This record gives sequence, C-alpha cells and structure tokens, in this order.
Amino acid sequence: MADHLLEVRNLSVEFHTAAGVVHAVRDISYYLDRGETLAILGESGSGKSVSSSAIMNLIDMPPGRISSGQILLDGIDLMTMSPQARREVNGRRIAMIFQDPLSHLNPVYTVGWQIREALTTHGSSTAEAASEALRLLRRVGIPDPEPSMGKYPHEFSGGQRQRVMIAMALALRPDLLIADEPTTALDVTVQAEVLALLKELQRETGMAVLIITHDLGVVSEIADRVVVMEKGELVEAGTVREVYKNPRHPYTRKLIAAAPGKGEMHQPDAAGAPVLSVGDVRKSYGGFEALKGVSFDLMAGETMAIVGESGSGKSTLARVLLRLDEPDAGSALWKGRDLFQLSPADLYKLRRDLQMVFQDPTQSLNPRMTVFQLVSEAWVIHPGIVPKAKWRERVAELLIQVGLQPDHMPRYPHQFSGGQRQRIAIARALALEPQLIICDEAVSALDVSVQAQVIALLDKLRREMGIAFIFIAHDLPVVRDFADHVMVMQKGKVVEQGTVREIFGSPRQEYTRALLAAGLDPDPDVQAANRAARLARAS
Amino acid sequence: MTIPSTETVIPHEPHFVVRMGRMLWADKFALCAAIFLVVVLVIAIIGPTWLGELATKQNLRGRNLPPFDWERGWVWWMGADALGRPLFARIIVATQNTLMVAAGAVVLSAVIGTVLGLVAGFSSPRINQVIMRLADVIMSFPSLLIAVIVLYVLGSSILNLILVLSITRIPVYLRTTRAEVLEIRERMFVQAARVMGASNKRIVFRHILPVVLPTLTTLATLDFAYVMLAESALSFLGIGIQPPEITWGLMISQGRQYLTNAWWLSLWPGLAIILTTLSLNLLSNWLRIALDPVQRWRLEMKGRKNG
Repeated sequence: MADHLLEVRNLSVEFHTAAGVVHAVRDISYYLDRGETLAILGESGSGKSVSSSAIMNLIDMPPGRISSGQILLDGIDLMTMSPQARREVNGRRIAMIFQDPLSHLNPVYTVGWQIREALTTHGSSTAEAASEALRLLRRVGIPDPEPSMGKYPHEFSGGQRQRVMIAMALALRPDLLIADEPTTALDVTVQAEVLALLKELQRETGMAVLIITHDLGVVSEIADRVVVMEKGELVEAGTVREVYKNPRHPYTRKLIAAAPGKGEMHQPDAAGAPVLSVGDVRKSYGGFEALKGVSFDLMAGETMAIVGESGSGKSTLARVLLRLDEPDAGSALWKGRDLFQLSPADLYKLRRDLQMVFQDPTQSLNPRMTVFQLVSEAWVIHPGIVPKAKWRERVAELLIQVGLQPDHMPRYPHQFSGGQRQRIAIARALALEPQLIICDEAVSALDVSVQAQVIALLDKLRREMGIAFIFIAHDLPVVRDFADHVMVMQKGKVVEQGTVREIFGSPRQEYTRALLAAGLDPDPDVQAANRAARLARAS
Repeated sequence: MTIPSTETVIPHEPHFVVRMGRMLWADKFALCAAIFLVVVLVIAIIGPTWLGELATKQNLRGRNLPPFDWERGWVWWMGADALGRPLFARIIVATQNTLMVAAGAVVLSAVIGTVLGLVAGFSSPRINQVIMRLADVIMSFPSLLIAVIVLYVLGSSILNLILVLSITRIPVYLRTTRAEVLEIRERMFVQAARVMGASNKRIVFRHILPVVLPTLTTLATLDFAYVMLAESALSFLGIGIQPPEITWGLMISQGRQYLTNAWWLSLWPGLAIILTTLSLNLLSNWLRIALDPVQRWRLEMKGRKNG
C-alpha cells in the first residue's frame, strides 16, 4: 500500500458555523505518485482547497474538524503524528505555493532573506543558505539574481513574485509541491511561463505536484491526472484525456461545455455610422503614461472587446470614457457630442446612456442596500424615467430579465452567489435604459459555468435591446464568442484592431499571436499541439 | 413580459419596529441595558423635582453615615456624604446634570466632528488641509488647559461646559471619519453610484455615512465615560458644575478625600457611571449588529432558537 507518495483516504472535513454544520469535504480519496501531477478541479465552494489544507495541517480547528479519513505520506498517517513531526514534514517534504504571492511574502524582509530563512530554519549554515538561495533565484528565472536578493517583494512583478514563491517552496527539495491556484492572478502570457517553469522543475527534481485550480486550461496544460470536485464530493477521477474526452458525471460535462471559446464567431454587419468615436485619448498618472493615444469607433448595438494584460491601460480607458478620471487629451464623440467637453449638468443627463458593470460584484454593490434599493436608486438619481408607483413592478421586470426572481427584492447582496450578484449589477445598469454598457472584467471573478451564463445574458440583451457593449477582458477565449470587434492593447497603445474573425483567424501582430498562443485550451490534445508550436517558435 | 401582481409574490417583511423589537428580545444583555437606560432617563427627568430638597439638606450628625442601615428610610441605604446628605437621593438628583453634560458634549462633538470629517474626506485638498490642521491645533493643546481658560473667561455654566468638552473631543470623530471616508470613497459601489450620476451629497449620505456610522457610535459610547470623568475633573478644579448643583463626577471627586475611611462616598456614583456607560456600550454593540444586513442573522437566529 505504500507505493503512493501521498494517499488521501476517505477524508471528511466539516466546519461548525452558526448556520449549522457545513460538510466542506465528504469522504474523498485520491493518491499521487512521485513525479506525477494531479489536478484538483472545482469551482468556488467545491471544497477543492480544503483537502490540501488538511494535508498541510492548515485547517483551523475549531471551527473545522476532520471527522474521518487518513492522509498517508509514504504510508505514514500524517494525522496521528506528533505536532513536532508534523512541522518537520511541512516545508521539508511538502511545500506549498499560493494564489497571491504578495500576501504570502513578508513585505518587510528582502526576498533573499526570506529564502535563506527557509533554509536556515531547517538546518543549513548561513553561507550555504546564501549560495543556495542565489542558485534558486537563478533557477526560477529571476533576472539579475544577485541584486534581486536584496530587493523587497513589492519591487517584483506578479509573475516574478510567484517565481520567488516557487524558489522558496523548492528550497528544501520537497517530495510534494501543493500549488493552490498558482496562476489565477497572473496574465495569460505570464501564466504560461510559470506553468512551464513548474513542469521543468518537476522533471529535474522528480517531485510530485498537486495543483488546485478552477481552470480546465491549466489542467490540460500541466496535469497527468485530474479529480473533479463538486460541493465537497469527488465526482470524477481519471487521466486528463479520459476525463476531457469521455466525461461520465453530468457536472464534469457541464464544466467542459461551459469552457469559453468554442462557439460560432460573430460577423459584424457592414459599417454604419459610429455611435461612439474615440480619438487619440491620452492619460498619464504622474510620469506614467497609462494611455498613449487610443482611437476607435463603436457602432450602435455592437460589442467592442478590449483585450490586454495588466498595465495595458484598458481599465483606465473605461474610467476616462465615463469621466471617472479626467483625460489629458483626446476626444470621445458620443452621437456627435464630445464627452470630454461636457459640463457637469450635461454629463449628468448623459450618464443615463452610458453605464458600467464592474469586475467584482461583491464590491460594486452597496452591502447595506436591498436589491430593490440598489436597482431603483437609478430612478432616484434620474427622476422621470419610471414613475414611483411603478418602481416595484419595473424592478421585478428587470430581475426577471436578468434571470432572477421578483421575490429577491427585499434581500441584500451578501445573500446571493457571485453570479447572481453580477446579475443584480447588470439589472442596475439596465434600469437607466442605457445605450452603451462598459463591462470592466465583468466575468473575470466568476466561475466558468457562471461566466458562460452571464455572457449569454449580455448577448441576449444586446440582441433584444440593441445595447452596445465595450467589453474589457484579459482573457481572449471569453471574448471570442461574444465580441464583434476586438482591440488588443499593450502598454497604453492599441496593438491591433479588427473584427473578431480577423483577430482570431489571422492575427497580424506578434503580440496578438503571443496572447492567443498563451491562452490555454481545455482540450489536452489541442493544448499539447499549441505547446509544441510555442516551443518551436521560441527556439 | 407581464408580472402577475408582484405584491403577492413578495413575502411581506415585518415592520421595522417589530423587527428591531424581536432582535432586542433575542439579545438579553442589550435588553437589560435598554431597560436600565430607560430607567436612568426617567430618573433624570423627574429626579430634581422629586428629591431635590432632600438631597441638599445637610445633617451634620449623620456625616459619612455608612450604607446598608436598613432601619432608616430608603434614601439612606447607600449612606450619606461628608455633610450628612443621603447619597441615594443625591445620585438620583445628579442624574439630570450628568446626562445633560455628557450627552450634550458627546452628541455635539460627534455631529460636528463627523460633518467636518466627511467634508475633509470628500472635498478639495485645500479644504482638507485647513480642517486637518485645525484638528491638529485642538489636539496639540492639552484639553484640560483649553477648558480651564475658556471656562475662566466665559464663566462656568452647564452650556459652556458642554461646549468646552465637545470642542476638545471633536478631533477624535473628525480623524476617524476622514480616514474611513478616504478608504470608502475608493470602493467600487461608490464608483458605481458615480457612474449612475449620483450627486456628491447623495454619495456622502447614502453610501459613505452608513458605513462609517457603526464605528462612530461605538466611539461615542466610549467617549461618554470619558466626558463624565473630564467633567468631574473640571468640577474638582472649581470651574465646572458649581455646588450645590451636583453631578456624578463631582460626587466622586468630593468623596476622594474620605476614600480611606468612607469608601461609599465615591463608590456609588462611580458605579452609576460604570453601569450607564456599560449599558450604552452593550446597546450600541447590539445596534451595530442589528443595523448591519450582513450580521443581522446572528440576532434573528438566536431569537428563533430561544422562542
């Protein structure tokens, strides 16, 4: 039985909350061998992180309780070990990297110090630790490793921080590396690099990798086997190809079907008159130029997708168009009037036409207002759209339109799931009967299956009500099914602009091609081909 | 799409008062606190007319009479002070002045401080600078020193006392409010309101203030005790409340010189201050939960389990 490096047997974890006992994980079993990568795939609330926390002894008890099961590392049950022995295992034999490296690196110590500390606490001498730390930083591909040793975490980019975390985790040559959503916070091109690095390191050291993710693309890129979790239960297990090609459980099927980027692409109608015409917008913060002259046209009832990685200026563009920030130069003609020249009074009237849906509905809805108050606030601000007597009726209508129930009206935002909250935010935007909605990463924070539903909803609204959309995203597949036109931005400039077929079918610019290639395809075969192509191009 | 009469679909929410009442019933500590505060309030209103004469009548034969002498009338149960005046009666009569000064100072400083803090956090950098430096000036002055000077110049009256005490406490609210406003104004839901075209006034009062308010009420209840004691310090210096007027703070400081042989002189008024502020604290804690939609279930659940 001791063949497997790690074996989790019949693990159940429950949490005692004021609302009753929550079974976070119910009777799950999986195993992992040396040199192998297992992915735990699940959406938020599926309990995918709980089992790895149990392995690392990170569950707070109480309120958590491991009600049954064993966690065997080389045949020895971790749960019956003494706390001291357990600490020896953590770090030395099992290491972990997290989603957000910035919050898991201590901001007041240099990166070199933190890696050295990991080594010295487990018994290296200071000199050994220093040279080993340098070797690790070089190995994970930090540029200029020697000066970097003296830098603080905030001086690195997100991808570099994740590399530093990996270096720290690998300092003690662990047998098992647990990676909890290691690339979720990173740009697509950086994500591909970090995953490639993980794979390389695994080949070198022969460690096993347990990767926890919600992203089918990540699974197909890196994993050998996958277990799928839903609501604390393990619904499917097998090799990645098996699971992708012949999913047996309906939930797995649903997940695979929801992966974006497979539908028919739009073909925009022949050009009409643009409803919004943006010309040479510039904006800088201090000495940093966020927008270096951006121009585009948007037709009525069409969707313009703006794609770019972090720092490309896409969110700044949205804020400037809505006058949340003032532009330095440029024009934005909305039906012939320049948005940037409007007086506050005219701007107030025009707010009706231009609405925005934000990235994180948890933050964009006031937690102290009911759904009714949230949606009807628009009519308080802009009297005359709906007479007060009709408010309840109209809110109910809007809620039905976005796929919610009228009896959701007296509830508060925290009582809804992430996807439902985003629907509320959309209902609020619709309340003003706008002609243009700007969606700033409106689906990025949502689970894949919910993402698909929200995009379908937006698409329906566009068709039925003729609303134009500016859809900002960092992820190309999301845009593929929904956009008419795509604009690719990099470092404040427009790199490439065209219809969705042009961009996806025959990208002209190197950067666009790199973005497309870095996107991970959920199909393991397609992804393997992509990877080979990428390697061929790189060499 | 037609909706078949939304009124029938939506379960009717209980009325606000009913709902608050149920939640108060669910938290027994808060309930006791509320009852105690109501009693204190009633005493404050009727106290002086009811026992005013008894509380000021000297009786030198009964000086520092110890408490728990059940033979005498109930006003003597807590003992008597250095001039033989019944302590129970004095505490009851002092309630009015004490509450007036404390509540007046706390409410005044909280309102002024909050408004200035909102303005400072939400307007141009220049106005912000002016307000913040003003707060620095007040804070860098020893508060008791301001009070002494002002009361010496203006003469001591309850109104002046309230004014002085509230001025010295304004920076506390101002800084707290401003710090929170600076953070909240960057939150997404404020941005969302701005996209809808909401006016600054609406954003401040509808979106920002409700989020700051719980912190401020907690601060205000803690300040209640502070103000009562600050008032007693001023009274001790002879520039606060002037005898024969009495407050709890004054009673404590009068009893200080007899502390070694007649502890009850300071203990009872001290107990009154502690109980009042404790009750306010419990109640404000309950209020914070009851008014927060995210936390409210804690109270509603508890009520269901008990009843």
